[in-house]
Amino acid sequence: MGKITLKHVNKSFGDVAVIPDINLSIEDGEFVVFVGPSGCGKSTLLRLIAGLEDVTSGQIDIDGTDATYLPPAKRGLAMVFQSYALYPHMTVRKNIAFPLKMAGLPEDEQEKKVQNAARILNLTNYLDRRPGQLSGGQRQRVAIGRAIVREPAAFLFDEPLSNLDAALRVTMRQEITELHQSLKTTMIYVTHDQVEAMTMADKIVVLNAGNIEQVGSPLELYHRPANLFVAGFIGSPKMNLIAGAAAQAQGATTIGVRPEHLDITDSGPWRGVVGLTEHLGSDTFLKVTLDSGEALTVRAGGEVALRHGDRIALAPQAGKIHRFDADGKAMA
Amino acid sequence: MSTHSSRLAARIMVAPSVVLLFIWMAVPLAMTLYYSFRLYRLLSPDRTGWVGFNNYLWFFNSPEFWLALWNTLALVGGVLVVTVVLGILIALLIDQPVKGQGLLRILVIAPFFVMPPVAASIWENLFMHPQNGLFAALARGFGAQPILFLENHPMLSVIGIVSWEWLPFATLILLTSLQSLSSEQLEAAEMDGASAFNRLRHIILPHMTRAITVVILIQTIFLLGIFGEIFTTTQGGPGSASTTLPYMIFKQAIAAKDIGRAAAGGIIAVILANIVAYFLMRGIGRHLDA
Amino acid sequence: MARAVSPRRRMFTTIAAWSVALIIFFPVLWMILTSFKTEASAVASPPELFSADWTVENYVEVWSRSDYPRFFWNSVVISLGSTLLGLAIAIPAAWAMAFVPGRRTKDLLMWMLSTKMMPAVAVMIPLYLLFLRLGLIDTRIGLVLALMLMNLPIIVWMLYTYFKEIPGEILEAARMDGASLPKEILYVLTPIALPGIASTLLLNVILAWNEAFWTIVLTTTKAAPLSAFIASFSAPQGLFYAKLSAASTLAIAPILILGWFSQKQLVRGLTFGAVK
Repeated sequence: MGKITLKHVNKSFGDVAVIPDINLSIEDGEFVVFVGPSGCGKSTLLRLIAGLEDVTSGQIDIDGTDATYLPPAKRGLAMVFQSYALYPHMTVRKNIAFPLKMAGLPEDEQEKKVQNAARILNLTNYLDRRPGQLSGGQRQRVAIGRAIVREPAAFLFDEPLSNLDAALRVTMRQEITELHQSLKTTMIYVTHDQVEAMTMADKIVVLNAGNIEQVGSPLELYHRPANLFVAGFIGSPKMNLIAGAAAQAQGATTIGVRPEHLDITDSGPWRGVVGLTEHLGSDTFLKVTLDSGEALTVRAGGEVALRHGDRIALAPQAGKIHRFDADGKAMA
Repeated sequence: MSTHSSRLAARIMVAPSVVLLFIWMAVPLAMTLYYSFRLYRLLSPDRTGWVGFNNYLWFFNSPEFWLALWNTLALVGGVLVVTVVLGILIALLIDQPVKGQGLLRILVIAPFFVMPPVAASIWENLFMHPQNGLFAALARGFGAQPILFLENHPMLSVIGIVSWEWLPFATLILLTSLQSLSSEQLEAAEMDGASAFNRLRHIILPHMTRAITVVILIQTIFLLGIFGEIFTTTQGGPGSASTTLPYMIFKQAIAAKDIGRAAAGGIIAVILANIVAYFLMRGIGRHLDA
Repeated sequence: MARAVSPRRRMFTTIAAWSVALIIFFPVLWMILTSFKTEASAVASPPELFSADWTVENYVEVWSRSDYPRFFWNSVVISLGSTLLGLAIAIPAAWAMAFVPGRRTKDLLMWMLSTKMMPAVAVMIPLYLLFLRLGLIDTRIGLVLALMLMNLPIIVWMLYTYFKEIPGEILEAARMDGASLPKEILYVLTPIALPGIASTLLLNVILAWNEAFWTIVLTTTKAAPLSAFIASFSAPQGLFYAKLSAASTLAIAPILILGWFSQKQLVRGLTFGAVK
């Protein structure tokens, strides 16, 4: 079981409230991603749940019991660190068995569980190596193995893929997702990469300056961002945000249109000049400077033959315009 | 970045070191301060009492004290200058591609591992001795009179011995620093047309600033307390010519058995060390990234 | 700074560097050579670089006819004992400072170092009297305590710089894995920091072995180590040069060898990690 509830959690260092007040409920078996720019408090929040930091005030419940003042080891959680935090002086086998040894499990049972975890993670042939002799991806799997053997109530991941190269990151992303599907254990995953958040999460928690901006499924956040921050953070390339006359025409302070929701058509209301063009093969991204001064990103098809300096007209697709009020809140 | 329990644990873990060091420092210091205002002579144990600043005044009025103070500073300063300057030169030399670098370094570092009494006795007996020393033999070989090192130039001799002991330390640290200088920087400077002297002045020496500061700090800590070398060689003499402040205090305590005066000297030495430490810490604070 | 140099320049620097190195090493070499000479040849004029009839007699005599083995053994016990005791006290302290730093950690470290700046003679008398009162004068345990305290700031500081290079996440991982604090230090921190702990041990054994103030002040005969023995060894008019050299060589040999093996770690240790 792994239901985690945060009630009015506050964390301050001296006078600085890193996390002013957070309420959040994480259901058993959910894959929850904390996402936000660096310094938004997402890692601190994870460390509060782990027990590596004390809350200044508020309460953390794990499976219905108050865990606010339990030491990390007593919370039944396992954590995978950004640097993997493997014990460099121990073999892979000893690394994975370490939590079991600390729990005082008999050796034969330790070995059984280590073998099992190694099989799941394809590490059987590496059990007698040291972390220094492994590749980045293998180290990552050892760190996960060390977490699995404890059969924790929930897994905590602190930016686990940020030290891997781009190709490996995609593979590991899928492996972790598959692991979640087979274990069905609660996972809390911290990242600053919105692509990871979108692809892995059941539920995304967008954090900014220690506050929750929005909680929802990846598609909810994509289709219905609650405010300007979420609108700008989720989606790649970024949503175009336009203030001024074009926004007032829609009765809003700011309007947002995603690059994929702009059509190039001669009848379009917004006219401008093509600047940079990026050809990705499947798509082409155009930077267009409107006559009114705004710069927009447009996603066009791979075969678009526009060049620097061409004049074009753009039209937002009907119903795909996001409207925001003066406080940056989404308008119905 | 931690929890209440780990901060509590941290306090408990630091406590033994802090408490022990505090006792080691504070209790004797308090006792020294107390004695420094007392009449306390082991030779006349029944005459005791408060004497105000008399013990201190005795020091300030004694010409030997001012000589000892000067000798102490001359010893620290002299050794620092010799070791830093020679250390830089030797480091630059053995940083060059040289055959047998490993063995070379072992030879250069050896004096650092020689305990002070042994170092002093080698120099005193095997080298500086006016009849049997190697220097005397050399002088005779050239038909000159042997130099009476410890008799006529006691402070210079002591500075020489101590410099020999500390030169390896300075050299090794400066060499380590030199080796961390990226060759690209030097190559860039060479491409920019900097001469060897300008490369030394504008790139190599600034790079070594931190190492030089460290050498000065660490050596000063040890040099202020230099004792064994003087004890073994000159015994502070002839007369008081090579008496440093530590040695003068030692003489007051052991030879004159005047605890009160020795204590007052101790307090003066503490104040002197604090003055030196104050300037050093201000200089080094930036460089030691604690 | 491996750069292309001409063979001529290379030869010149090689000769220059070796000359300097030999000059620096010569006193030690001369002592070792003298220790193998007969007493007569040791003071021969002109001096003999190698003795015609070289002998190990001096070593045999020093070792068997004096209390030399006792001084030697005292040195071993005192330098190792004080260092091990110091490590036991300093490892927890360095753990705390490196991994649970507070606002005053840096001040605390500076204060510890500043205790080293206090001249030993200033506190010599009170300490002598305290040791006398406690019955610690001329005992090994007394010297172990004194040298441990003398070197404790250096031990703490060295360990601190080594520990600071260990990522805190590894210790947090141990904590998450259910390790208590003693287990965290014993199973995770100590093995990872072993190279650093080893060089701390080496340097402090050397410092304790070579210490020549407290050993002179706090001992007379029973617990006196080699440094006190050599310091009081009077060599009246060169009659015992060879034997003095043999005794001196024996006194520094263990440390010289230890130091040569560990010179790289020593540099890092002595600079408190401030020079890489």
